[in-house]
Amino acid sequence: MSRVEVEKKVLNENQILAEQLRERYRQHGILCVNLISAPGSGKTLLLEKTLERMDKRARVAVLTGDLQTENDAQRLAKFGFPVKQIVTGGTCHLDARMVERHLVNWELEELDLLIVENVGNLVCPSSYDLGEDAKIVLLSTTEGEDKPLKYPSIFFKSELMLLTKIDLLPYVPFKAEVAKENARRVHPQMEILDVSSTTGEGLDAWMAWLEARQRKAKEKTKLVSA
Amino acid sequence: MHELGIASSILESVQSAARRNPGAHITKVGVKIGELAGVDIDALQFGFECMVKDTEWEQLVLDVESIPRVQRCPKCQHEFRMSDYDPQCPRCGEFATQCIRGEELDIAYMEVDE
Repeated sequence: MSRVEVEKKVLNENQILAEQLRERYRQHGILCVNLISAPGSGKTLLLEKTLERMDKRARVAVLTGDLQTENDAQRLAKFGFPVKQIVTGGTCHLDARMVERHLVNWELEELDLLIVENVGNLVCPSSYDLGEDAKIVLLSTTEGEDKPLKYPSIFFKSELMLLTKIDLLPYVPFKAEVAKENARRVHPQMEILDVSSTTGEGLDAWMAWLEARQRKAKEKTKLVSA
Repeated sequence: MHELGIASSILESVQSAARRNPGAHITKVGVKIGELAGVDIDALQFGFECMVKDTEWEQLVLDVESIPRVQRCPKCQHEFRMSDYDPQCPRCGEFATQCIRGEELDIAYMEVDE
């Protein structure tokens, strides 16, 4: 009997595809963000409000993942930007292959921002790189403050946490400071923004975050192609 | 929840190694699963057993090594096992320490009968 050392990622195939996607985004100066949260934390409503606030000439597209139904794509399509639904048919996360397949008919040179709304799930999406520039995790005030401690993987891998539904803070026992402290224990460098899609509070800061990251993505493209 | 997919990816790696090395009989595959990988090891073992049952890979053993989260302090270079989500360096008190281990989702080795 002999032992052969391998040193290979279990999700190597996904990783290779994700890196190819990342390179394509970089070539076209596209910022790609991957929105992840538990079901019902407000990903789709946040996206509706985000698209509503976008300049009509903005070059943005959305891929939205769900186990079943095209409901989210229908909700998001009314803003006039290209939207595609990825129906996973039961799979609890998106992977790089699904994203690649759904990009097929889109001209990437016509995009500046690609928003991927993952399947509502805090566990599995954290394992699958989609080639994004940043993962963004949403935590809503109707959940528990200890979620970052219960699901550390996704909070560790996300660059930004959006604390959603902050308009409900007066009515729920949720302590925002405790939730943020827990998030920073898992990931000290993570940025955190408070938002309410219902009242619009905090959405300016969120839009500014997206714009700043888009500028950064463009800079990176220029630097590499220079 | 996605452990079956992870189990399937591990088995695919073994099958592809077997195709590349005809005649080699792979008996065991070792994987490293970090604490931050978001993979439940019991569910992974269970999914793997279900997947190989009644196939030519039924005898294939999955050996899982669990990797705890280790942080490194950028100030004093101290490395410490992070417990209870406390990132603070126990030696110098620095808060912004970096994770250097615990994210693994790797195939480490395969054992072959020749």
